[in-house]
Amino acid sequence: MVGIRARGDLIATRLHEAIRRNENVDVPLGSLDITLYRDDLTRIGHAPVVRESVIPFSIDDRIVVLIDDVLFTGRTIRAAMDALVDYGRPRAIRLAVLVDRGHRELPIKADFVGKNVPTNLADDVRVQLIETGGADTVELVQAAAA
Amino acid sequence: MTWQRRHVLATDDWSRAEIEQVLDQTGAMVEVLGRPIRRTPALRGRTVILFFAEASTRTRVSFELAAKALSADVTNITASGSSVEKGETLRDTVRTLTALGGDVIVMRHAASGAPYFVAERTDAAVINAGDGWHAHPTQGLLDAYTLRGALGDLDGRRIVIVGDITHSRVARSDIDALVPLGATVTLSGPPTLVPSAWRCGMTPRGTTYEPDLDRALDGADGVIALRLQKERQHAGLLPSIREYAKTWGLSEERVKRMRPEAPVLHPGPMNEGVEIAASVAHGARSLIETQVTNGVAVRMALLYLLAGTPEQVA
Repeated sequence: MVGIRARGDLIATRLHEAIRRNENVDVPLGSLDITLYRDDLTRIGHAPVVRESVIPFSIDDRIVVLIDDVLFTGRTIRAAMDALVDYGRPRAIRLAVLVDRGHRELPIKADFVGKNVPTNLADDVRVQLIETGGADTVELVQAAAA
Repeated sequence: MTWQRRHVLATDDWSRAEIEQVLDQTGAMVEVLGRPIRRTPALRGRTVILFFAEASTRTRVSFELAAKALSADVTNITASGSSVEKGETLRDTVRTLTALGGDVIVMRHAASGAPYFVAERTDAAVINAGDGWHAHPTQGLLDAYTLRGALGDLDGRRIVIVGDITHSRVARSDIDALVPLGATVTLSGPPTLVPSAWRCGMTPRGTTYEPDLDRALDGADGVIALRLQKERQHAGLLPSIREYAKTWGLSEERVKRMRPEAPVLHPGPMNEGVEIAASVAHGARSLIETQVTNGVAVRMALLYLLAGTPEQVA
């Protein structure tokens, strides 16, 4: 299980703990920072902070489940897949997300979805977690009607 | 904190927060260098020009590996065999480098201050890879990163820098990186190779001069040995290399005066048996190889931060 920073890694840690508690299986857990793989680095005009990725196991010939909070354009997942294959050659990469809000810009689809939430492009989906100092909530903030 | 600087010329006017930001980014880059495939696409389409008007292999290769690990295009221009040797002025060289479309110019030059001259005359970001006796900021930052990694925290730590202080841009940049992070620096070396004002007590903030190396090392948290340029002897500044080795060389016995496990650094290339004994250079306290790896990571962090500053965006 590899969570995408920041927030996907927190959700991955939760899932990891739940699997350990319920199934008594300790799935190898890592976190991935995808900043250096973003496709908009040369356009955003500043250098976002790169955080350390921690993948303390070989991913060769294993099934890796990428975990993120919200699936939107798919660009983050594209970057995460590019980053992941720099660590080895997994047998397969799967994708698990808490919320799929649609509006893909790349041909990417999640394998495991907590909830599909139809949204407008300009809406905002805000995920808060206890670990980041909020309550566990997913909020759909609709764009003000034009 | 958003990165604001366009150039890395010296760190003498950097805040603690800026230095820490670079060191934190360096940590992420060290992890990238540990991957089976050490290349990320962050600087794709950017051009880094390595302009070395003074001999260097280690630093140049380190920058080259750093730029390549971020997928930048790298062009090398060395003094020998280039237009510099044919008498081109620095001003004209800069015009050419800028016209070639470099996004970042990494430069080494024998004249102190040369990178400032270049930075005023180009749209590219300039990184000083060593200018005369003045500064070698990436070395200072990588030494700070290496020491922080070994000691955990530099607040209240005392680091000894020993050797030819006068002619050392490494010593100056080490001071500029270590003191803002809360360390104090004890400078030691032959009086002929220490600036006279520093010998008389007017040392830079956070530093002191201790002419007796044994006393400088007593209880220290780490030591950086500087490379001795052998031509200093011919200039009449040293009686003999052997005497230097005896009085100022880091022997196994000497390093034991420091706290247990206090690390030993050297910017390289080393004169083993002169400023450092082979057994110390390759001993348990030595972080000299770690410095080399960290050097690539620190340069990646700076290239990444500079290429992202607004003025650089096309």
